[in-house]
This record gives sequence, C-alpha cells and structure tokens, in this order.
Amino acid sequence: MSADVTALLLTLKLAFLTTFILLALATPLAWWLTRTRSGLKPVIEAIVALPLVLPPTVLGFYLLVALSPAHAFGAFLEKTLGAKLVFSFPGLVVGSLIYSLPFAVGPIKDGFTSLGNRPLEVAATLGASPFNRFLTVALPLAWPAYLTAAVLTFSHTLGEFGIVLMIGGNIPDHTQVLSTVIYNHVEALQFGKAHTLALGLLIFSFLTLLAVYVLRRKAEPVRF
Amino acid sequence: MKFSASLRLRRGTFDLAADFDIKLTGITALFGATGSGKTSLLRALAGIERATGHISADGAEWQNDRLFLPPHRRAIGYIFQEADLFPHLSIRENLVYGYKRRAPTERRFQPDELTDLLGLENLLPRRVSGLSGGERQLVALGRALLSSPRILFMDEPLAALDRDTKARIYPLLLRIAKSMDIPILYVSHSLDEVARLADQMILMSEGKIMATGATGAMLTRLDLSLAQSPEAEVVVPGVAAQADVAGPLTAIVFPGGKFLTHALPVAPGENVRLRIAASDVSLALTHRTDSSILNIFPAQIMEMRDLPQNLVLVKLRFLAQTPSAEESPVVLARITKHSASALNLQHGQQVFAQIKGAAVLWS
Repeated sequence: MSADVTALLLTLKLAFLTTFILLALATPLAWWLTRTRSGLKPVIEAIVALPLVLPPTVLGFYLLVALSPAHAFGAFLEKTLGAKLVFSFPGLVVGSLIYSLPFAVGPIKDGFTSLGNRPLEVAATLGASPFNRFLTVALPLAWPAYLTAAVLTFSHTLGEFGIVLMIGGNIPDHTQVLSTVIYNHVEALQFGKAHTLALGLLIFSFLTLLAVYVLRRKAEPVRF
Repeated sequence: MKFSASLRLRRGTFDLAADFDIKLTGITALFGATGSGKTSLLRALAGIERATGHISADGAEWQNDRLFLPPHRRAIGYIFQEADLFPHLSIRENLVYGYKRRAPTERRFQPDELTDLLGLENLLPRRVSGLSGGERQLVALGRALLSSPRILFMDEPLAALDRDTKARIYPLLLRIAKSMDIPILYVSHSLDEVARLADQMILMSEGKIMATGATGAMLTRLDLSLAQSPEAEVVVPGVAAQADVAGPLTAIVFPGGKFLTHALPVAPGENVRLRIAASDVSLALTHRTDSSILNIFPAQIMEMRDLPQNLVLVKLRFLAQTPSAEESPVVLARITKHSASALNLQHGQQVFAQIKGAAVLWS
C-alpha cells in the first residue's frame, strides 16, 4: 500500500475514534455546563475553549512534554496503560481529543441551551426522573446539535496538523496522517500528489458541511 | 385534598411569602394581578421551583426542612400556558408519556377514555406542529390526566385562546374537577374566568396571600381588590325555567325570586351561574316600570365603600321571601358619588336594584 493510502486509513481511524470518544465525553460536560450555577462554570468553559485560540504547536509541545516518559506524569501513564503515548497512535488520539474538544462541547451545549427548561419541566410533572428526562426529552430534541458536533469534530480532526506533528512525529504507518503527508509532498515539490489529497479533503469537507446544514434545515420546522 | 403550605422564595426583587391551609375541592382559582406571584407559587407547589418552607398534601409531606420531593414524585398534573407538547413525539406518544411512567395499579384512566372525553380521536394521526392552540391544550390536558394526578395545577391554560375555544374547554374543566374528582388549582388573572369556573379562590398580591374563601363570598367583599376592580362581578347560582311572560326570554330562578334574561341556550331545569357586573346594576328609590330594565328587585344596602375617581361601591342583599335571608342573592352596584349623595344612600336603607336582562352573563 502506498504511503498515501495508509495515511488516509490512519486518518479516518483517528477521526472516527476521536469523534466517537469526544461525543461521549462532551455529553455530560455540555449538560453540566448548561445546567450548573456553579462559579466554576466560566473556568471550565475557558479551559474547554483554549484549543480554539492556542496555536496547535503550543498544545502539541505541552502534550509532548507531559506525555513523555522523561516526565513524571508521562512515566506514570506509560506504566499504568502499558503503552507508549509519544510518537504513537494512542498519543495522536489523546492529542486529537484535546484539540477537538471545543468542537464537540460547543454545539452540544448550544443544543441543550436552546431546549430551555420547559420540556424538562413538563417531563418532570409527568413523572419522568432526571435521567429519564435526559434520555427521552433532551437527547432526542438535541439531535441536530449532535450532528453538527460529530461533523465538526470529525472534519477538524481530519485537518489537524500542528499537534499531530509535535506529538506523533509524522512516522509513516504509525502517526503519519493526511495533513502531514500533504506537507511532505509539498516539501518534496510533488505538487500533483499534494493536489490530489488537498482537493479530496476540500471536497469532502464541503460536502459533509453541506449535508449537515441541509439536514439541520429539514429538522427545524419540527422544533419550536 | 387537604393542602397546607408555607413557602418563601426570593427572585431578584420579588419575594414570595405564601402561607395557606385549604381544602382543595372542585376548582380553586389562584387569582391576582400580573406579577403578584401566582405562577411562582404554583411552580413552588409543584416542586419545579425550589422554595423554602413546607408543603403537605392530605397529610403526606411533599416538602419540609429535611425533605424535598422532586416534581416527578408529587403525583401532580401541570398544564403550562403554552401547552408544551413534545415536538419529537407523536400525539399518541405525547398522551401516554406520563401514563407509561405510572405503575399499572396506580393508573386511574385509560387512553381511550380520555381521547373520548376530550374529543381527541381525529387529532391522533396528526403531527404536533399541525395542531391549533386549543387542540394542543386539550392534548396537554389529556396527557396530564393520563399520568393519574391527585391534583391538577393549571397556569393560565386558556389565556392564549380565543373566546369560542375557551367556551368549549370550560365545561370539560368543570367535569374533570367534579365528576372525575381531581381538584384543580387554576391560576388566572381574569375575573370573568374565575367567576365562571371557580368554587373557591386564593387571592394574591405582591407575593402574599390576601384572602381565601368561596368565590361568591370573595367577589362581594368590598375590602378586596376583586370588588374594587372595574370588572367586578358577582355570581348568582340559579336554575333555568320557562319565562311566564310573552317573548323570547329565559327565567333563571334563584332562592326567593327570578331573573329574566334574553333567551339563553339552556334547557329548563339546568343549573346556571348568572354573572352580574357591578357596573350593570343601577339603583332607584322607587319601583319604576317605565324603562327597558327587566329586573327590578327590592334590596337592602349592606355596605358602602368609596372608590377612587368619585365612585361608590354599594353591596346589596335582595329582600326576598326566602326561608333565611342568608340565601338571598347579594349583588354589587358601582355608581357615581354624585348619585349616591343625590339619592342620599345610607347603610341599611331599602332601595330598588335595577338590572338589564341583556347585561346578565351566564355559564
């Protein structure tokens, strides 16, 4: 298999895994952020939003330092998990989770916020427990937000570069993903190969976003 | 249902401090001006809003210093002003949402019974977004009843509906409260609605409970805002009968007399609540027969009270041949201060109350 294809497969694996894990992690976090009156809320919100403003290389650098076995935390992780995190695929996943976190939490939180309290209050007066209300009212009503969150997380993970390079090291078969392959092609002045991948990524991103907006528009008349 | 509550709630500059002890039967109106705290009190009673204090219902503690039953464990039904049906569920799924969450042994109604009662069969195949406001409210009512509540809280449920739709829903509410034996606590700021529906009322103002009592007695208390408002009216229960005068008229018989009104669509023998507005009652010192006024009753002035804008409110009891004077209807007349002094009206004086047949409302 050519390096391009293995990179593509690795990229898809990374993006799917990251999206799946992040939706699961973002759900309780977004729910808590929507419902809490705690003073900690702005602090947590700021932390979640950090990857939006920090250069990916900064995140990648800190992650590299933190996860490295030379560091106490990294050493502890390596011992408990039994896996190397730096310059490895698990390391890429950890980096992507952090990097794409705001793209999962943001839309889901907005989705929960736009529900308002009323549907949950109605469900409560009809005998539904808090968890039951969440499952039968909040989640189904917030599905357009999940769609947005999934697509944004997935696309964003596809396109990340800085963190991947810092923590993954661009090792073919292990940590080399589409964005770093494109970089390699450009470095090697193989513009044709770079074009194929870059254009593919551009078209894919556009089509998925288009699909999301069309689906969301269809979903709207049903909502109040 | 014996209800006892003492609740405190602070929201910004608004303070709710409500204490009451009341036996809820039939329909109880929670009445007050906008911003008087009716909705806050109702939400606190339902447990949606977390107030401090205690609530007990039929001896069961809902809330006290150590205990707070969340709304889903209070066995209540709650109808919000905007009939919030779940948009992601079908109408049938909406109806049985609460039903499914009750143990089969605790269910008091079956879905079919209520779709019949509320006339919902034709709505079942439709989508929530395709229902009118009145239809939504009926589905919300069915949904709440199917959760087998022991009490129904309603927060101005008909405020957004037109008059005809309201008129269709009122009899259903009376039926739920009376024949289905589910007490209703009904928030309203419409005196008209309260006079039509409520057996008793809780009057609120600025977060406090001003008075509680039977609707008839509350409406004729001159010291309360109800009688002092421009919409003041009284309720006289009666029974429809054939008018013995020629012409399209209906007679409503009350203890010791009868009203003549324009022909109403009621059958003889039917119970009717006449509603007489204070502004539709005029007073005369003699029995005048040369006017268009159909109803003239000898009455005694029980109480008078000055109102702002040079008006006087007069409370009268009809002087009729009843076994006990207590049963005679009491009405209010709002007249100008000028007329009151021109006629030299005095406490205890006998006058004639004149009420136009066309002014009498009924429900």
